[in-house]
Amino acid sequence: MRGIKKAFGAQVALAGVSLKLLPGEVHALVGENGAGKSTLMKILSGAYQPDSGEMWVDGKSYAPANPSEARRRGVGMIYQELSIAPHLSVAENIFLGIEPRNGLLIDHAKMRAEANKTLSSLGHGNIDVNEPAGELSVSQQQIVEIARALSMGCKIIVFDEPTSSLAQADVERLFDLIDTLAKRGLSIIYISHFLEEVRRLTSRLTILRDGASVAVYETKSIDDAKIVAEMVGREVKDLYPRSQRTLGPVLLEATIPGSGKLTLRRGEVVGLCGLVGAGRTEFLRAIFGLDTIEGKNVLVNGAQKTSDPRSNWQAHLGFVSENRKEEGLALDLSIGDNVCLPALSKLGKVGFISPSQRSQHTARWITDFGIRCQGPDQSIGNLSGGNQQKAAIARLLEADCDILLLDEPTRGIDIAAKAKIYEVINRLVTDPKNPKAVLMVSSYLPELLGVCDRIATVCRGQLSEAVPVAETNSEKLMRAATGN
Amino acid sequence: MSNTNSTKKILNSLGTFIALVAIWGLFLGLGNSAIGSAEGIESIVQQTVVIGIAAIGMTFIIISAGIDLSIGSAIALCSVVGAKLAVAGTNPFVTVSVTIISGLLIGLFIGLLVVRAKLIPFITTLGTLLILRGLALALANSQPINAQDANWLRFWLNSLPDDMKFLIIPPGGWLMIVLALLATGVLRFTVFGRHVFAVGSNENTARLCGVAVDRTKLFVYMIGGAFAALSGLMLVSYQGQGDPTGATGYELDSIAAVVIGGASLNGGIGSIFGSLIGALIITVIRTGCTLNGISESTTRIITGAIIVTAVAIDRLRQRSN
Repeated sequence: MRGIKKAFGAQVALAGVSLKLLPGEVHALVGENGAGKSTLMKILSGAYQPDSGEMWVDGKSYAPANPSEARRRGVGMIYQELSIAPHLSVAENIFLGIEPRNGLLIDHAKMRAEANKTLSSLGHGNIDVNEPAGELSVSQQQIVEIARALSMGCKIIVFDEPTSSLAQADVERLFDLIDTLAKRGLSIIYISHFLEEVRRLTSRLTILRDGASVAVYETKSIDDAKIVAEMVGREVKDLYPRSQRTLGPVLLEATIPGSGKLTLRRGEVVGLCGLVGAGRTEFLRAIFGLDTIEGKNVLVNGAQKTSDPRSNWQAHLGFVSENRKEEGLALDLSIGDNVCLPALSKLGKVGFISPSQRSQHTARWITDFGIRCQGPDQSIGNLSGGNQQKAAIARLLEADCDILLLDEPTRGIDIAAKAKIYEVINRLVTDPKNPKAVLMVSSYLPELLGVCDRIATVCRGQLSEAVPVAETNSEKLMRAATGN
Repeated sequence: MSNTNSTKKILNSLGTFIALVAIWGLFLGLGNSAIGSAEGIESIVQQTVVIGIAAIGMTFIIISAGIDLSIGSAIALCSVVGAKLAVAGTNPFVTVSVTIISGLLIGLFIGLLVVRAKLIPFITTLGTLLILRGLALALANSQPINAQDANWLRFWLNSLPDDMKFLIIPPGGWLMIVLALLATGVLRFTVFGRHVFAVGSNENTARLCGVAVDRTKLFVYMIGGAFAALSGLMLVSYQGQGDPTGATGYELDSIAAVVIGGASLNGGIGSIFGSLIGALIITVIRTGCTLNGISESTTRIITGAIIVTAVAIDRLRQRSN
């Protein structure tokens, strides 16, 4: 791809991007959200047409008019949000649109056999090709998508944030699979916010910034700080700032019979690590009263809590959901409505609210958190993920929460926004006047190690004692999380 | 910067208004100028008030991501209740109160089914559509109840007497505008109103943020019921009778009015004045067709086509934003 340009109205999404992909190579595409990665990949996969620029595949000029032409020319995409038809069988999904025919009828026997063969070649012959694809786990559905791309004869496969919804063990298997594909001579473009993944998988990387490709590096030859600096266009001194933390009284005590107990003090950040599905999120949600766990006991400030979200907000407990779109935010509504929702009665008297108060309250957080937007009345669905997440956290502060329960607070957001959120967390727990307490769940170990004071592990629903961060490391946490 | 946003919102609602003027102008241009005359406008207002008041309640319901298919039956039942009381010579204040309470109870019943029994609003109100219609027929002995002589009730939507021409439109029209202003205030400037938007936009978020989701929905259906009751009284005022078989299809008219007015059936979006303009559009088409001698069958086809077009244009516009 050379000199690719694309503008939407007055907004220039790509201002001249070049990318060169070698056979058998795993090539990383990194950049902040909004840098143009998805637009570029949509052009490559035929969903958009570039305004100018040229593309070649195998030395032949390539200008797909739509995604199916792109696939015929050997370019397949595995999107972050998987695109399987849940009610169709695995085999039908793999051959969707390219069903083997027997005259007018679909040759089901051949389809099943071929599907099975492809899955076996990926080391997943155990997936039943007759099962409805919706019954599979997310990681298996991803395998089905990869099998679909292979069945179509794709030589170039683009992975867009493929690990965001996978558990650690599945991530490892996916990486092995990507290695295998590359060894077979396929070329892979790998998009990820996780630099560890880029290191583990890729041989070269292209950095995008503001719609232009700013640099190409051998992955081995560049360190993380340099990658981040290239992405954001400036030096990031310390991704995980950590001021001196002073512990105050215990604010929260949560006990689950037969499992364990967790305490959280004013002025500290406690992390919950564990595999996806191990019960960390359920634990956090149970504390907040969104899920129920039999016999759990939550004390806030030493007092027993009846647990429903409403009374929790009143007890200065706040929760950020791991799922921004489906639970965290009301996307049609304005930033102001979203930020002020739990504490609307603050904005006026006897059930009335003043829109100007709402704007003022919201504007404060917009400035404080550096939320990039047009103003408090803009609909929150138009913001980037990082800015949405900042607003989701601002909601807790607007409601005067002392205890912040954060479920995957940096999922799917770019590195600059992550840095901002780490900075905010550090600032909140070390506030000299009113230090907060933070309990956060994360699948991303470097983040937990960087941000937390203590880390507890959840393994198959069992909660371990929280360990000071100085006494642990990724390997120890991983072992605890997998129960070894 | 936030000004551009509110300007855009105003322009969006203006779009529906422009459509209204255009349709009205079209009928004027068709040659029959009756639609522009005082009588034509009065007739449009009389019909709009009945649907428009119901559409105000429907706007609350649709913003909360609900639906009420039984509004037409509720209007009919309440018109029977109101007419019976009025004919019996009951004090106007008591008549109005009892009718509104009937509407509130209808809403409470629907709301409880939705909230407690966790039934889908579409199915629930498909059921209450039949139940309420049945109740109306039973209460009225399947006969219209003549309330021609209830002057205090007739006053609202009758033609204006000469000494009251300064009102320009019948008092019921002004009542509708006042109610719309109140409802807009509630939706925009109260905690409850913002909760209605939050529940409709994303129920999970609302629950997470401590919004009493069930209570909010219950209130929304009760508000819908109360407005249906008022709409029923206006129907009696307009037609001079409480008709147990009347108001058929008004649920669809009011839903169409709300949707033409820019609301989303997925919830979270909608405006009272948009809905009123939607109601006006529907009645202008009807009246215009009648005045121009267009047959009933063609009128229906035109109305349907305009509803679909209006909504399609609106969606295209939103996509381009």
